[in-house]
Amino acid sequence: MSETPSGAPERIVVVGASLAGLSAAQALRTEGFAGSLTLVGDERHAPYDRPPLSKQVLRGLFSPDTTLPRHPDLNAEFRLGTPANRLDLDARTVSLGDGTTLPYDRLLIATGTRARPWPKSDEATLDGVFTLRTRDDAEKLSARLKAGPRRVVLVGGGFIGFEVASTCRDLDIPVTVLVRDGQPLEAALGPRLGGLVGEIAIERGVDLRLGAEIEQMDSEGGRLTGVTLKDGERIEADIVVAAIGTVRNVEWLEGSGLAADEGGVLCDGYCRVLRTNGDIVPDVFAAGDVARWPNPHQDEALVAVEHWGNACAQAKAAARNMLAGPAAGLTRHDHLPDFWSQQFGLTIKLVGLADGADSLSIVHGSLEARRFVALYGKDGRTVAAASIDSARWLPAYAAAIRERAPFPPITDAVDQPRLRIEEP
Amino acid sequence: MSCTTLFEQVLDPDNRANPYGLFAELRRQPVCRQEDGTYVVSTHAEIARLVSDPRISSEDLPDPQKFRWTGHPITDLFVRPIRAEIRRRHQPFIFRDPPDHDRLRGLVMRAFSPERVRRMREETEELTNELIEKFAGKARIDLVDDFSYPLPVTVICKLLGVPPEDEPQFQGWATQLATALEPNQRGDEETQAKNEQCFTEISEFLRDLIAKKRKEPQDDILTDLANGDDDTERMNDFDLIATAVLLLVAGHETTVNLITNSVLTLLRFPEHWQRLRDDPAIAPRLIEEMLRYEPPVQYRTRLAIADIPIAGVTIPKDAPVVLLLASGNRDPDRFPDPDRFDPDRPDNRHLGFGGGLHYCVGAPLARIEAEVALVALAKRLQNPRLVEDPPPYRPGASLRGPRHLCLAFDGIAGA
Amino acid sequence: MRLSTPLPEPDEPRMKVVVDLNRCQGYAQCVYAAPRHFVLQGRETLVYDPSPDEAARAEIERAVHACPVRAITAYPDAAGETK
Repeated sequence: MSETPSGAPERIVVVGASLAGLSAAQALRTEGFAGSLTLVGDERHAPYDRPPLSKQVLRGLFSPDTTLPRHPDLNAEFRLGTPANRLDLDARTVSLGDGTTLPYDRLLIATGTRARPWPKSDEATLDGVFTLRTRDDAEKLSARLKAGPRRVVLVGGGFIGFEVASTCRDLDIPVTVLVRDGQPLEAALGPRLGGLVGEIAIERGVDLRLGAEIEQMDSEGGRLTGVTLKDGERIEADIVVAAIGTVRNVEWLEGSGLAADEGGVLCDGYCRVLRTNGDIVPDVFAAGDVARWPNPHQDEALVAVEHWGNACAQAKAAARNMLAGPAAGLTRHDHLPDFWSQQFGLTIKLVGLADGADSLSIVHGSLEARRFVALYGKDGRTVAAASIDSARWLPAYAAAIRERAPFPPITDAVDQPRLRIEEP
Repeated sequence: MSCTTLFEQVLDPDNRANPYGLFAELRRQPVCRQEDGTYVVSTHAEIARLVSDPRISSEDLPDPQKFRWTGHPITDLFVRPIRAEIRRRHQPFIFRDPPDHDRLRGLVMRAFSPERVRRMREETEELTNELIEKFAGKARIDLVDDFSYPLPVTVICKLLGVPPEDEPQFQGWATQLATALEPNQRGDEETQAKNEQCFTEISEFLRDLIAKKRKEPQDDILTDLANGDDDTERMNDFDLIATAVLLLVAGHETTVNLITNSVLTLLRFPEHWQRLRDDPAIAPRLIEEMLRYEPPVQYRTRLAIADIPIAGVTIPKDAPVVLLLASGNRDPDRFPDPDRFDPDRPDNRHLGFGGGLHYCVGAPLARIEAEVALVALAKRLQNPRLVEDPPPYRPGASLRGPRHLCLAFDGIAGA
Repeated sequence: MRLSTPLPEPDEPRMKVVVDLNRCQGYAQCVYAAPRHFVLQGRETLVYDPSPDEAARAEIERAVHACPVRAITAYPDAAGETK
């Protein structure tokens, strides 16, 4: 089968109307695509921004309407509140939940993820048990926080959980965070900095429990009243927020022949999706949280990066490649992963992938001052940099990470403490 | 031509009216060692990288005797009466590195609050219209002397809290110190003595004013810096005087040039002057493009405190580094068709206010002053023309701008 | 400093704003340009109004153009759709 599709596309369908889908649509127009452009979304909302949901929206600052700005010349058709439920690669069609079928010349899969539901379904449906992923989730949770709950219990040691905990403290709501394994944020930042964020949370009044797990949720008349931990302790609470990760939205691709499973939709470095037999599908692309691709910054390991910055960058790369004719070169998606989190009045940033790092060094500021840049090394190379409230130094280190510079890359610098190489 | 002497030509006042051709030649070698050991960086990517590189220091600037265009006579002047140790510790924050830089800048930013800066918009509008009223009955003005010069110094005086009766005096000092700030204009002994005298006078003036602000606090920046508040320390007198002089000089000369360069450019491309007349809402993007196209600060000097490999060369430890911001702004690899003045340019990440830790503190005020001034001039000046193009320039290469800008016009319209 | 604004009337025209906070380095130029819609909390935590009223358009555009890293995108609402 040819690896380049024939002819310039006239109809492009984007399945998934969130950040990646909208970014791709805008990029398609910027790149000069003048044909018909359709975005399919299962939610009833126009594409909106999610990061503010766990922070200012929950807290009630500014407007809860985080609809993403759309260029006046976008000229796209939005099919909202209608999930896609089937892909036919041979017929080049997508079937929607409302029974309609959309033909395409190029397709972008950007269906993202959803919040992982609480595993016990009888508990998950209790009044007072929440997950937080969508605008509707945030609206419901926000209303309940306003009512002044006795206590909120957050399950999970990730960024969303800690951002919600920070918001609860801003609202002066008692909050307990349960982290089952290791330190908070350990997957992203490693135990050392994750531990620091845990300390900061404790200082701001969060009741942080490491190694803690819920044995059962207690309820009265369908309403949550508290949780009982594995060690037998009971915590009175009106709200549980389960921030225990995400599930990729790939079910609609079942039977399509694409290599898609709970790990994501497999694609190549050019965002072209693969069949289960490894063949490239030249007219179907993937981007954002749902995509899994060989990452040049991690020795071509197959990864899915569930970050805002990757969604935008991968969408742009996919858009460019969707329009590239047979002669034009394809654009490699080589975005260096990056993310930010705002919590407890601090901004945490990370560039690169700290996963698997074997060393850590503080290169500016100090952990005590809650203001620093920390570098991560792996096999003698610089692989990531994290900062708290020191973002203006990050571009220099991002360049070093891109170049796979020796670790640490800069050993004589202004405001640099004596460098010590530590465990991450 | 070898790039090793190109920067010398940039400094040559004969090339002041249009240095951009020289910049284009310099960019052929993005990082180029000059004969005296200075490294000139002329491309956007490299400048943008170095402004956030922690191996670049703003302290311990190179010996002005050895590198004649990289000295900072103003800092020498600050400190002449003070012992060397004090000198090191009380430079204004543009000549400091973190953590001191961050502490001092943080205090200034607190005083230079968004609310306070926002209030200056109305004051600036009044001042602007008062100055324009004075054009009535004239057929020609010198925009520099009659407008661009008086406006920023009055604004900065109001913001700092200098009493109105002292403003003329302050303006005189500002003018004198601005020439002293120019790295390659050290001047003869007479000028030096004058500069020193001026610095002594302004320091004494400020010392008294600070004492007054402590006794009778008012709603101004000096009061805030002199007194601190519950959360912030108060600045000591040395740092405070250094900071106030910095705000005066940096906030003055640069804004004069921004306004003058803008009018000059808009009258060279009258379709943009007309566009601004028709739609004042385009002013913000027009000003950003102006900061790219004719930046008031053309270059900044730093020091490498470690070897820095960049663009195929290694800048050695202790080498002075000239970041040629105005050249980075015309880099075709970053800005398509860079010599075209185009306010609609997308993603205009110009270097007009520098970048990184030392990004211009006064940028928000400069934007307000430029916007108010340009919108009012475009609205009120009837059929303005340049009398002389290019106009005469002041000799400075770093703070670059016309000495005079003579305009002819057919009268002024109402405000 | 007032942080919370009343909820918009449903049919009042709005702008839509998003900031790329990966790119943001806390230069705070938007805070000076549009202080009612951009707030810096702490040293570099930017919080902003994603849906300011259309009357704030001049301020929002100043913020967009003043951002040194061009991290702000703003358009009038309900744009870009075909009917």
